[in-house]
Amino acid sequence: MLLEAPSTHSHWTPLLGRLGFDALPTEPIVMVTFAGVALGGIALVAALTYFKLWGYLWKEWFTSVDHKKIGVMYMVLGIVMFLRGFADALMIRSQQALAFGGSDGYLNSHHFDQVFTAHGVIMIFFVAMPFVTGLMNYVVPLQIGARDVSFPFLNNFSFWMTVGGAVLVMASLFIGEFARTGWLAYPPLSGLAYSPDVGVDYYIWSLQVAGVGTTLSGVNLIATILKLRAPGMSLMRMPVFTWTALVTNVLIVAAFPVLTVVLALLGLDRTFHTDFFTNDFGGSAMLYVNLIWIWGHPEVYILVLPVFGVFSEVTATFCSKRLFGYTSMVYATLVIGILSYLVWLHHFFTMGSGASVNSFFGITTMVISIPTGAKLFNWLFTMYRGRIRFELPMMWTIAFMLTFTIGGMTGVMMAVPAADFVLHNSVFLIAHFHNVIIGGVVFGVFAAINYWWPKAFGFKLNVFWGKVQFWCWVVGFWLAFTPLYMLGLMGVTRRMRVFDHSFDDLRVYYIVAMLGALLIAAGIGAMLLQFAISIWKREEYKDVSGDPWDGRTLEWATSSPPPEYNFAFTPIIHDLDAWTDMKKAGVPRPTSGFADIHMPRSTWAGVVLAGLATAIGFALIWQVWWAAIAGFAVLVATAIFHTFNYDRSYHIHAAHIAEVEDKRTAQLAALSKEGAAA
Amino acid sequence: MSTPKTHLNKTGDELVASYYDLHEHAHPDGYSTNLGFWIYLMSDCLIFAMLFATFGVLGGNYAGGEGPKTLFNLPLVALNTSMLLFSSITYGFSMIAMQSGKKNATLIWLFITLLFGLAFLSIELTEFHELIETGNGPQRSAFLSSFFTLVGTHGLHVTFGSIWLVTLMVQVGRFGLTAANQRRLQCLSLFWHFLDVVWIGVFTFVYLMGMLR
Repeated sequence: MLLEAPSTHSHWTPLLGRLGFDALPTEPIVMVTFAGVALGGIALVAALTYFKLWGYLWKEWFTSVDHKKIGVMYMVLGIVMFLRGFADALMIRSQQALAFGGSDGYLNSHHFDQVFTAHGVIMIFFVAMPFVTGLMNYVVPLQIGARDVSFPFLNNFSFWMTVGGAVLVMASLFIGEFARTGWLAYPPLSGLAYSPDVGVDYYIWSLQVAGVGTTLSGVNLIATILKLRAPGMSLMRMPVFTWTALVTNVLIVAAFPVLTVVLALLGLDRTFHTDFFTNDFGGSAMLYVNLIWIWGHPEVYILVLPVFGVFSEVTATFCSKRLFGYTSMVYATLVIGILSYLVWLHHFFTMGSGASVNSFFGITTMVISIPTGAKLFNWLFTMYRGRIRFELPMMWTIAFMLTFTIGGMTGVMMAVPAADFVLHNSVFLIAHFHNVIIGGVVFGVFAAINYWWPKAFGFKLNVFWGKVQFWCWVVGFWLAFTPLYMLGLMGVTRRMRVFDHSFDDLRVYYIVAMLGALLIAAGIGAMLLQFAISIWKREEYKDVSGDPWDGRTLEWATSSPPPEYNFAFTPIIHDLDAWTDMKKAGVPRPTSGFADIHMPRSTWAGVVLAGLATAIGFALIWQVWWAAIAGFAVLVATAIFHTFNYDRSYHIHAAHIAEVEDKRTAQLAALSKEGAAA
Repeated sequence: MSTPKTHLNKTGDELVASYYDLHEHAHPDGYSTNLGFWIYLMSDCLIFAMLFATFGVLGGNYAGGEGPKTLFNLPLVALNTSMLLFSSITYGFSMIAMQSGKKNATLIWLFITLLFGLAFLSIELTEFHELIETGNGPQRSAFLSSFFTLVGTHGLHVTFGSIWLVTLMVQVGRFGLTAANQRRLQCLSLFWHFLDVVWIGVFTFVYLMGMLR
């Protein structure tokens, strides 16, 4: 079934650049997907129009600067892109299970290479990043007793830039093609000579657009955590999740500019024929590999540190104990943050930098396991003699501790340069990083969703389907990746599309891995069912208390969902675990004497500016220069126009706050009456 | 648990008062702006750091072409440097005028700053033009690719700083030296001086040390 690769670089016209009818899909698989997505999209738009939801969405969500709504929108983006990224994963697994014994599978190399590239790019940038950013956005201001982030408009803009990047990746599926280079697009393969068509340009511009959003959201959350903590909350009284969020955002601000530069240089090479990473005229491809991993290694800690925070909150809450070793947890986080910048070369020990350099990076890599191990022992000691409640978030935490530890250990194995010469670029590596990213980040995000969902929406999630999801994922993960560990030790390299007859006895491993992937697919289905059923039965799962888990931090001190102003009165903090402290002291909830609250106003500017940036990205990908230049001029003009709006905030009147709070007072009174009756 | 003992004997009202800020004052507008802008500047600083690093790695790869000794025109670069340094001084004067509430003086000094900035850009463009005309454009060698990108990125920053400066002149002219406008002028001031510092790095590491290569 080999199909001709579409050539999308054959012509250039001033009006449309490289864009032409030949950019539309010709392969049956893509055409069917295109038709499906187009029909689904039309149905969605029609439904939104029919139910007159556009106005509601625009006013209440798209233009909102409320950190809670932006946080939820990030999570929705993450879930949508997760389905896309996982579809890619299933395609890889099924191709590799099929293409044995002379079979060519069902994906040609042109398509297969795009699929594994898109899988990596989407899962890291448009699934994991939106998930952790969404969590930090939602939770951090609540945990520190703030009313919103420091720069609410910037927050909205950052979110839409991330969406813009995702839109560009999705567009590449149907208009043109995506990169065929692997998720980090190493030159010279990603250079103009070997990748002349638009795939790598899609890669560059989707990440540039999204990267601006990520960097700015990092700036925003650092300022928020440093400036907007409630009175009394010293740094060492911050909840651990907020601490990990702080370190994460410092890493974001200190790492993403590196990605911006390296992608810009690659873009210059491709568009203006400069010689940064070319084979001739003095370029150096290894410079690219170094630079991109100087971003890339901190990036994996950007993903995992926030979920370390999640697990800390979950463990303390569900063991009904103060977290063991809070101070060491904070320092471990800081040390991991610093060390994450000193290990990048372990991604290419085989480059040939010599024994001394490799030894240095091997040792720094191994050293990271010390603070990480300290964290694990802190969680274990928190559980020790705790009254553990095996709710879903706690189950995910335990699965994480078992799974992630093994992933960490295989990481230390590869940190030995001599061993890495064997394991480099093998599927052992694939198994390792899925082990830490699924076992760490994905499990952590699921723990977080189950933990904070009741806070965000006012009702708990269905437990049965949550457990189905849990077991499908945990078993499915080990089924999918244990075979890859074994294959990797045998020396099978990654990104293989077909296996000739000499590989025949290895096929069973790929079939087991495929079964694991299918089990994970069932887990994803169970999660979607869990959401649907819980929304359907939301009255039954309702939580009026605002504190369904007997939580310890401030987000549980307000109602679920919290009012737009978060807290009618800003709490004053006397202790770590501020809400537990308040419950122990028996502090009554203030029910009168409300004052006006100063809040930021919604704005159209974020959506519009990010939309323009995305359009400019599209024009640059297809080299429609006039549109890129015109779009840029409009972008600058719009941004300047927006700065003429000085009126960016308003007051919520005390009367309105009294109304909202009185309602809650009545609800809580009814709840305690019920409790007394029971 | 270390619940402070002092709270145990308190009445409900006293507890509320010690655990809630009942007479809260909202954070003033722009409370986090200064810190936020500094953090942004540091991220921008990293962009330059990476471009310097790239120049450090590739700066000697002439690919058989000409090197700094024959290409750079130091007197011109010295003139250019002085333009940028003067513009920082005049921006400083503008801030002094702003602090004493003199709107017109602020605007005049801003305008002079803009002229110095534009002079800097013109000289830089002349230099680039000459290089490209003589066949030493960014496509000639990795050295020239990294040179044009580092110096050009700085130039782009100055260009955007100038657009921002004009915008602020209009806003100060129309709305006066309000608190919001003063905050904006402070941010641009940080940005402008930051570019000056970066240029000192460019002048030293690219031009002066280039002549020693």
